[in-house]
Amino acid sequence: MVKKVTEASQAVAEAVKLCRPKVIPVYPITPQTHIPERISDFVDNGEFDCEMIYVESEHSAISAAIGSSASGVRTYTATASQGLALMHEILHVVSGMRLPIVMNVANRALSAPINIWNDHQDSMNARDTSWIQLYVESAQEALDTTIMAFRIAEDHDVLLPVMVCLDGFTLSHVYEPVDVPEQKTVDKYLPKFKPAFSLDGKTSTMGPIGYPGDFMGFKKQQHEAMLASLDVIKKANAEFKKVFKRSYGDGLIEPYRLDDAEHVFVGAGTICGTARTVIDKLRNEGHKVGMLKLKAFRPFPEDAIVKACKAAKSIIVFDRSVSFGFKGPIFAEFESAFYEASQKPLLHSFIAGLGGYDVTLDHIEDAFRSAMTADKPISRWLYKE
Amino acid sequence: MVVRYILKVGGPDTIVCNSTGCLEVFSTPYPRTSWKVPWIHAAFENSAAVASGVDRALRAKGVRDKWNVVAIGGDGGSFDIGFGAISGMLERGHKVLYVCYDNEAYMNTGIQRSGATPKFASTTTTPAGKVIPGKQEFHKPLPFIVAAHGAYVATANVAFPHDFMAKVKKAFAFDGPSYIQVFSPCPTGWRHPTELTIEIAKLAFNTNIFPLFEIENGIFKLNRKPAKQLPVEEYLQRQGRFKHLKEEHFAEIQKHVDAEWQKLLKLDESGLKLF
Repeated sequence: MVKKVTEASQAVAEAVKLCRPKVIPVYPITPQTHIPERISDFVDNGEFDCEMIYVESEHSAISAAIGSSASGVRTYTATASQGLALMHEILHVVSGMRLPIVMNVANRALSAPINIWNDHQDSMNARDTSWIQLYVESAQEALDTTIMAFRIAEDHDVLLPVMVCLDGFTLSHVYEPVDVPEQKTVDKYLPKFKPAFSLDGKTSTMGPIGYPGDFMGFKKQQHEAMLASLDVIKKANAEFKKVFKRSYGDGLIEPYRLDDAEHVFVGAGTICGTARTVIDKLRNEGHKVGMLKLKAFRPFPEDAIVKACKAAKSIIVFDRSVSFGFKGPIFAEFESAFYEASQKPLLHSFIAGLGGYDVTLDHIEDAFRSAMTADKPISRWLYKE
Repeated sequence: MVVRYILKVGGPDTIVCNSTGCLEVFSTPYPRTSWKVPWIHAAFENSAAVASGVDRALRAKGVRDKWNVVAIGGDGGSFDIGFGAISGMLERGHKVLYVCYDNEAYMNTGIQRSGATPKFASTTTTPAGKVIPGKQEFHKPLPFIVAAHGAYVATANVAFPHDFMAKVKKAFAFDGPSYIQVFSPCPTGWRHPTELTIEIAKLAFNTNIFPLFEIENGIFKLNRKPAKQLPVEEYLQRQGRFKHLKEEHFAEIQKHVDAEWQKLLKLDESGLKLF
């Protein structure tokens, strides 16, 4: 295995090429652009046989992806921020039509004020679109998770689209050592696309009107498929380990020094890399601290979370987005997950890193130290006015 | 009617990408369907984009030559909300026939004005009021805008099915994007008896309100001219949506129609390559 220093966007592009989608409709938006640019390099240099559709908007990117996926070919796209927001209407149509499209999101803030830097408001805004959402921390994880995503989406027990979210700039534009697997290894892991249905196969009517008597049935099936994906994601991760000798926790959550941790940091994406350093420092001082990295936000792995935090006295959730008028979206899910749990750790909420605001080692260390002495829940926005 | 004529020409190897609209609603009440050809619907404004994806997927599978791909939308889905997606589809040169069934308003949602609604028409959002007598703008010249993309363009009319089908045949044979705008009266929205549908459609042709033409390889051609041009009142007076019109309104519409017609005659004679 030779590791090459590679930009995370390049690593994603390599993953996409290795998964051999046949059609990629795509529209450029910062900070996603390096992904389609590298894919275009592959295609135009004859290294990757794929139909690129350079559409006139993200709305048409995801709509063309519907036409392509419904025609029975593996389909991929990528976007970010305003682009994801423009797709929003059609995101629901994709999952409702049970099309296993895979999309990378280079997470970025939403306007206004306009801001091109990283936070998670864009994908959190798509929470209830019935797309599986997986968050990644490193370039390697971005590559690996993109490969896993096709397998998860296309599993006939799931048939739902998957969004692989990587932090804009702080990951998408960062160079790291990456192992790019060989084609034959990926082929072994990811079988050829077998569509559940295809427009040019048996004559079909796809996307009909569902009257009230039928509509809820469709939605319930979608919900059940989302719940079924919990196991499918775990299996995809376990199989990945067998073939590639790497994996990420159980595929849903990834613990770090968590077993006996009394104070647990929770985050998604690159922020977890920062937290690892802080945890090592505090462990050296003798503090029982650890991390639960949230990889899957939808489906939300609440059972796995409660089980993994068995020693927790406090849980510190860093959200890089906010549900205005309520709380951080990850934090709210944790409150819900622990409502019926037997253990009752104190849950602390930190809103951090919106629109590219730095989240530093000090922020996380301070949060840990505050949590260690707190006797009631902390709720804080981490920025200087 | 419009669909029957398209499929008469296209046959069973036709994939239909349908915009949200009355056609999609009445033809696919799950679990039943009226469609005997592959059919897909995703949303209101994106059938041209969906068709773009179908086109490239079929090409990737090596079966592109086997299929005709048709996108169908109403005038709201084509003139207004889906306009960008159509322009993109045309610019990228997808081999897709886009058919706009033009009934000059948002009929599925209850007769609201669209960019295709003619001047002075009373709709639910441009009602003939005491101060403002219906819609205030003439309709958007979509066929010419489409033609500027280099597509094969034709207008058709449900009252002239053979002309329509000949154009559909030409569009399927054309190696690139094509667009046909079919004039389709809506008895509910236009407020005329259903049995007058074809008569009204014929009057639209005979008054030069809706001329039949093609723009092929950038050259404009009038397909036929009325034997005797009738005054616009003959067409307008038969419809409830124009019943508030006064002499001055008829005169303004007549003037506009005549000026447009003169332009088209000149274009037709010139043989000029427009695009």
